Amino acid sequence: MTGGQAGRLRHAEHVMGTVVSFDLPACAAEELGRAVRWLHWVDATFSPYREDSDVSRFGAGTLSLAQCAPELTEVLEACAAVSALSGGYFTTTASGRFDPSGYVKGWAIERAAAMITAAGSAGHCVNGGGDVQCAGDRGSGQPWRIGIADPLRASALALVVAGRDFAVATSGVAERGPHIVNPHTGQPATDLASVTVVGSGLTLTDAYATAAFAMGSGARDWVESLDGYEAFAITSRGADWQTSGFAAYLA
Amino acid sequence: MRRVILTIAGTIAGLVALLSFKSHVPTVPSASVSTTGGTGSTGGTSAPSSSPATVPGEFPMGSLAGTLTAGETAVSGQVANTAYGPVQIQLVMRNGKIVKVAVLRQPANTINDIRINDFAFPKLIGETLAAQTAKIDAVSGASYTSAGYIQSLQSALDNRA
Repeated sequence: MTGGQAGRLRHAEHVMGTVVSFDLPACAAEELGRAVRWLHWVDATFSPYREDSDVSRFGAGTLSLAQCAPELTEVLEACAAVSALSGGYFTTTASGRFDPSGYVKGWAIERAAAMITAAGSAGHCVNGGGDVQCAGDRGSGQPWRIGIADPLRASALALVVAGRDFAVATSGVAERGPHIVNPHTGQPATDLASVTVVGSGLTLTDAYATAAFAMGSGARDWVESLDGYEAFAITSRGADWQTSGFAAYLA
Repeated sequence: MRRVILTIAGTIAGLVALLSFKSHVPTVPSASVSTTGGTGSTGGTSAPSSSPATVPGEFPMGSLAGTLTAGETAVSGQVANTAYGPVQIQLVMRNGKIVKVAVLRQPANTINDIRINDFAFPKLIGETLAAQTAKIDAVSGASYTSAGYIQSLQSALDNRA
């Protein structure tokens, strides 16, 4: 499905088990096609739900790392770095099998957005199932405005953040119930209803949001310690908190 | 614009399904949202109204097609079949914005329905209007599945005219 106002293009692509929404200049239509093909390649290569993906076969031990797409090596190294930085709260084995999805989606979306930037777009926004990469601005110098869903009230927004060249990622209790496990206890993380992290690139912003959600109440101090990232959380009891620099993003 | 109302009707049907799930009613429709196909009607077509009652809150029951002023268009959503019966809403649009909402059909049979009607319609419609007035470009939230997308605010944003 593709549409949009004059000069703009909107496109929603079903891929990676979700929908990736694009808002971009109409002149970047060709790069949109390239970005969409990239996302489907990532899905085919990195999906843990496809038996024939490199990730599934690597996890099952039937394919060596050298036989996999070289991007898997890059992803593995990056996952190890985030895992170390987060004290093990970010992990590729929370589900009991090899699953780097917590890293791959944000990485794939950030790259898709970069492809459109390379085509000369002055402003576009790519939303991968609730994790958003904004490039440039929305036009006429206006910042992008991203609503943060209220996890405790269906279809309501908790607040709106605004910015240019920034990423917004939210981890929370998904529509199918708690799905992020605290790797140190093996139990679903329940302190927070959702946590939103704001940063420059979606790859790390998304991975940090996943780690922060698993961390629960400890996430606030952890995100404070990260340079260039801010967080806003709603606890499962309905209270909320934000890191010291988050207010700069409030619309 | 047609897709917008279908999406919003789908959101309401989704919330009705959600509430029925929370109240432990055994039969939750797995496909209460039939938003594909696009049978939304435009231009002041009135739709059957099963009850003369007014929905609690600020949303009138029955078509607003006869009350339109210049520049307004009434758009009726598809009927969404829920566990409690058909649900259908109508939006009045002006310059691509929702200016009024009416309920054409709602379930009106059981105790649970009363809770749903008191709570879900005013709340959800109000929230949809709030999201529209917030002038947002995208929504960040816990990941939705491909199926859940159709009921999401992001879906409404993607489909706006």
